[in-house]
Amino acid sequence: MNTYRNLVIGATLSGLFVIAALVSFLWVPYDIENLNIAERMRTPTPAHPLGTDHFGRDILSMVMIGARTSIAVAFVAVGIGMGLGVPLGLAAAAHKGSLLDEVIGRGNDLVFAFPSLLIAILITATFGPSAVNAIIAIGIFNVPVFARLTRGSALSLWKREFIMAARVSGKTTVRISIEHILPNLSNLLIVQGTIQFSLAILAEAALSYVGLGAQPPTPSWGRMLADSQTMISLAPHLALAPGLAIVFTVLGLNLLGDGLRDVFDPRLRRGRT
Amino acid sequence: MNVKTLTSAIALTLAAGATQAETGLIVGIQLEPPHLDPTSAAAGAIDQVLYSNVFEGLTRFGPDGSVNPGLAESWEISEDGLTYTFKLHEGVTFHDGTTMDADDVVFSLDRARAEDSANAQKALFAEIKTVEAVDPSTVRVTLSSANGSFLFNMAWGDAVIVATESIEDIKTMPIGTGAFKFSNWVQGDQIELVRNENYWGTPASLESATFKFISDPTAAFAAMMAEDVDVFYSYPAPENLPQFEADPRFEVLVGSSEGETILSTNNLMEPFTDIRVRKALAHAIDRQAIIDGAMFGLGTPIGTHFAPHNPDYVDLTANSQYDPELAKSLLAEAGYPDGFTTTLKLPPPSYARRGGEIIASQLRAVGIQTEISNLEWAQWLEQVFRGKDFGLTIVSHTEPFDIGIYARPDYYFQYDNPDFQKLIADLTAETDPAKRSELIAMAQTIISNDYVNVYLFQLAVPTVVKAGVQGIWPDAPTQAIDLTVVSWSK
Repeated sequence: MNTYRNLVIGATLSGLFVIAALVSFLWVPYDIENLNIAERMRTPTPAHPLGTDHFGRDILSMVMIGARTSIAVAFVAVGIGMGLGVPLGLAAAAHKGSLLDEVIGRGNDLVFAFPSLLIAILITATFGPSAVNAIIAIGIFNVPVFARLTRGSALSLWKREFIMAARVSGKTTVRISIEHILPNLSNLLIVQGTIQFSLAILAEAALSYVGLGAQPPTPSWGRMLADSQTMISLAPHLALAPGLAIVFTVLGLNLLGDGLRDVFDPRLRRGRT
Repeated sequence: MNVKTLTSAIALTLAAGATQAETGLIVGIQLEPPHLDPTSAAAGAIDQVLYSNVFEGLTRFGPDGSVNPGLAESWEISEDGLTYTFKLHEGVTFHDGTTMDADDVVFSLDRARAEDSANAQKALFAEIKTVEAVDPSTVRVTLSSANGSFLFNMAWGDAVIVATESIEDIKTMPIGTGAFKFSNWVQGDQIELVRNENYWGTPASLESATFKFISDPTAAFAAMMAEDVDVFYSYPAPENLPQFEADPRFEVLVGSSEGETILSTNNLMEPFTDIRVRKALAHAIDRQAIIDGAMFGLGTPIGTHFAPHNPDYVDLTANSQYDPELAKSLLAEAGYPDGFTTTLKLPPPSYARRGGEIIASQLRAVGIQTEISNLEWAQWLEQVFRGKDFGLTIVSHTEPFDIGIYARPDYYFQYDNPDFQKLIADLTAETDPAKRSELIAMAQTIISNDYVNVYLFQLAVPTVVKAGVQGIWPDAPTQAIDLTVVSWSK
């Protein structure tokens, strides 16, 4: 049970926000598109469990829809990172030492050489701020993460006997990569994907905070934080709600990632008990 | 330990208060000037730092917007209103020691109105035919047509007197005649001025003045609270003002400004070409909600492009009272029963960013969908102001008496009404005050009835001042922070 503690806490926390995001498609406590200036900056009451913001919108509803924005952006961004990074990594490993391997490797170094947020700001500043550009920006710096991880692990697999057997039986490099290498990497990718997911949520919040993420009126945790910044001494609950939402989601996903690694990697599990 | 620290802190404060005589002033402003030549850029920050402090014109604005003598101690106007003879103060020198005389005035005005002049307000000089130096202390200006606001025009920061000798380096080393001399500019941080000991008029009480650039509202709050700055002009976060008001260390001055904040409408873009659609916009918007929600109650609703504190202001807010039902029926009449989608481009100030979200919500209620994009100033100037690529935008027009922009069909909101253009031409030529008032009222009514833009509110200028600072202008009749009369109370 102890082994699964991280997993359970992580899954519960992140599951909570996923559920909140899903529920928000069907129902939110209040319509956030209609501003109610007279009701602004109310402290939490039973009617508004998290209070109202500077436009009189219900903060609970804002956090729920904000979860949708964050999760959607992070999900697609990690998807881009995996979708491009994994094939690149597989190709590089399959042709170790070739020009292709060099190009992919140096390309990864290039992207890695810049701090990830800097790249994201560069992209959104060039192409204009929007949720789509934020997704692309975050997706791009996820690519080398997956490419490197895939290449490194695939290289060690290529030396294994079952791969030899597959080669001897005449399978092409592409088929071996897809049918034998990839399935053996899936645990690793899921764990890494979870971690990257939490980083992507942080990145989305950071971009929105500086105004380069989803544009108003789409709620986003980062922009909620930025909006409440000057009012923090007047109404701290405005910043507290999105701030804690980010903290708990990221914490939950990290714990989930750790927990999954414990489950998937028998060597770690033995070591811990 | 805590008690001890507290006591020593109090002791320190008392000691500081008792010994330190205040002689300098640190002023926080939001934007840094791009350079220091008020005669070749529109940036208000240049005037905020330099107007009246370093550079002076023939006439100057008083704290209430009145036009007072500046470098010209008196003037005579010919019967036909075409010839102005200015008598200059004698013994005025520039900060580099050179004399300010009629030749400098001729040079400054000729430079400003020249064909290749970079002056941002060339219209101020449009009627000038000739400028002549009669003798070293007399200048005669001849106009091609009478202009009732000529003396007003000469008070603008764009019409200050500069010297032939120092014009070369004016952008980095401004040499004027004012009560303060430019001393140092730490780019990205501050500009320092020191008292001009050889000032021709009443010398300034402050020995030095420093302008610090703080655009971030949170940083502004922190700087003020820590008393790092003594005055914050045009404080960026109205939500914090109650806190300063409640704090005995500070005083909050809420002044009126020349900033008509409008929902600017691209008059050449479908569907805004239809007056019914523009009228629907005007009725769809609840001004008070915007003032409360975006400005925390600071601001006066307006119904036309004119400052309410001006004696010639006509209250036309009833022309566009909040009536969403009327807005919906107007839209239906114009052929948009289900509304339409347009862009709403917002520059950085909070009146635009917050106001934009409120306006988007109010427009949505009558069926108009807006795509909001938040732009930085440079992007806004490029896309909206120069590129005219927008449906709606929110901006505050802070120039004084700028209703004339509606007579410029190429101006970014692209309002083209020959009757109005004729009216403004008549107004410019008219010198009789009573007739001018009448024409000004007509101009206000025309643009209100044409629903050119949605006139939202007059921007209030909140200035946070440390207790003991006296003489700060509460109002902003022009973009100036005149420190010549500011002092610390004893």
